[in-house]
Amino acid sequence: MTTTLYTSDHEWLAIDGDVATVGITDYAQQQLGDVVFVELPKVGRALKKAEAAAVVESVKAASDVYAPVTGEVLETNAELAAEPALVNSDAQGKAWFFKIKIADKSELGGLMDEAAYKAHTA
Amino acid sequence: MLANDQDSLKRTPLHGLHVSLGGKMVPFAGYDLPVQYPAGVLKEHLHTRASAGLFDVSHMGQLALRPKSGKVEDAARALERLVPQDIVAIAEGRQRYAQFTNADGGILDDLMVANFGDHLFLVVNAACKAEDEAHLRANLSDDCVIESLTDRALIALQGPRAEAVLAKLCAEAPSMTFMDAGPRKVAGIDCFVSRSGYTGEDGFEISVPAGDAERLAKMLLENTDVLPIGLGARDSLRLEAGLCLYGHDIDTATTPVEAALEWSVQKSRRSGGARAGGFPGAEKILAHFDNGASRRRVGLRAEGRAPVREGALLFANDAGGEPIGQVTSGGFGPSLNAPVAMGYVPVSLAALGTKLFAEVRGQRLPLVVAAMPFVKNTYKR
Repeated sequence: MTTTLYTSDHEWLAIDGDVATVGITDYAQQQLGDVVFVELPKVGRALKKAEAAAVVESVKAASDVYAPVTGEVLETNAELAAEPALVNSDAQGKAWFFKIKIADKSELGGLMDEAAYKAHTA
Repeated sequence: MLANDQDSLKRTPLHGLHVSLGGKMVPFAGYDLPVQYPAGVLKEHLHTRASAGLFDVSHMGQLALRPKSGKVEDAARALERLVPQDIVAIAEGRQRYAQFTNADGGILDDLMVANFGDHLFLVVNAACKAEDEAHLRANLSDDCVIESLTDRALIALQGPRAEAVLAKLCAEAPSMTFMDAGPRKVAGIDCFVSRSGYTGEDGFEISVPAGDAERLAKMLLENTDVLPIGLGARDSLRLEAGLCLYGHDIDTATTPVEAALEWSVQKSRRSGGARAGGFPGAEKILAHFDNGASRRRVGLRAEGRAPVREGALLFANDAGGEPIGQVTSGGFGPSLNAPVAMGYVPVSLAALGTKLFAEVRGQRLPLVVAAMPFVKNTYKR
C-alpha cells in the first residue's frame, strides 16, 4: 500500500514502507515546459530535507528538485536520464527521479496529501 | 511579481490575440509578452525551422530619421556620427545591421537601419529604445527630425514557408532578397516590409499600423503553415543562429571587434577608409581592428547533455586555475538536440576546436569552441 504526498516545491513522494520514490508533479512539468535535461543524485548520497538533490532543465531554464525528506539515495531512474522528456509525458509515473530511504518518518507530517496539494496549486 | 507591477506592464497591439491563443504571458523589457503558447518552446522552435512562425516584436522601437535638407544622404551622414557602419552606402530599399557605440568603444545598442528613399527607418531594442531616441535627439537634431513611430506594431514571419505565406498577401514579397526593406502593401495595409529576422531562417519583418496589426496577424495565422511563436523559442532560434542578444552577448563593455562583429563594420569606416572613424569610441575600435582585441566572442558546444547557461564561468583546465571567461548566452538548441552557448574568451583560446571547461553546479563540463552559426542560415541572398 503506497501513499502519495506532495511538497510545496512541487515534488511528489510515493511512500512504500521506509522508501519514498520522488519526482516532480504534473503541475510542475506544465510550468517548466519542455524538459531537455535532468541531473540525478548519486546512489548512496545522504540528502538532507530541502537540500537540492536533482536538476531539471527546460529549453529556457534550470530548476532544482529538492529532497522532500532526509535520507540516503537508494536508486535513480536511468531511463529518465536517457529520456528527459518523460517528465512532460508522465511526470507522476515513469518520470520518477530517485528513491530515498526515509531517515525520519516524522518529517512526512509536514507534507500535503493530494487534496491539500490541489488546493495549493489552484 | 506584484499585481501593480503586472498592471504597469505595457501591452503590444497583439496582446489580446496572445491571450486568446493561450500564450503564457511574462514581463519582458517592460511589456507583457508570451514566452510560449500551448505548443511549447520545443515545438515552436522546430516548427519555425520546418515551416513558418509568427512573432510579435512590437515591443521593439521603430524610428524615422528625416533629413531637414530633404536629402537622405544627409541623414545617413549624420547617423554615421553615432555608428561605425557605412550608412551612406545603404541603397534605397536596403537595410543594414549597425551598433550605436559609446566613447569607450562599447555598444549602447544594436539596430537595423533601412533607407526608405526620403528618410531612414530604424529598429532598435525594446530595453534601449528610450535611451536610443534621446541619444539621436541629442546628437542629430540639427540635421534630422527624429520621429518615434509608437503607433506601429512589428510582426516577424520566419521560416522556410514564410515567403509562400506572405506572397498570398503581398505579391512583391517573393522578389525581395535578404535585407531588402521598404514600404509595401500587405493585404491592402500600408506596411514596411524587410526580408530579415532574428532566427537564422529566411523570413520577413512587417511594420504595420497598430490598428491593423491584429487583423494582419490573424490573416497570417489562418495559414496552417504558421504557428504563433513566443519569446522562449525566439531566444533558442537566435542562439542557434549565433546572433547576439543585447545586454547579454554585447553591451557597453564590449567592442564590435571583441563581439566578432567585424563583418558589420564596412571598410569605408575603418583605418584608411574614405570616412574612417568619426563615431564614438573610434580610437579604441579602430585600434582593435588594427592590432586585435585581447578577447573574443566565440561559439561553444558541450560534449555532454547538460545546458551551459549565461553566467557560467569558463576555465582552460578541468581543475584549478582562474576563470578565463564567461558564458553570455547558453541553453539547449532544439534543432541540434544539444546544448549551445556563446561567451567571451582570450584570443589565445578562441581558435575553433579549442577545448575549454564551464563550471556548472560545481562541476567542470567539457566544451569546445565551435563555429557560428550553429545551424546553417537560410537567408535568400
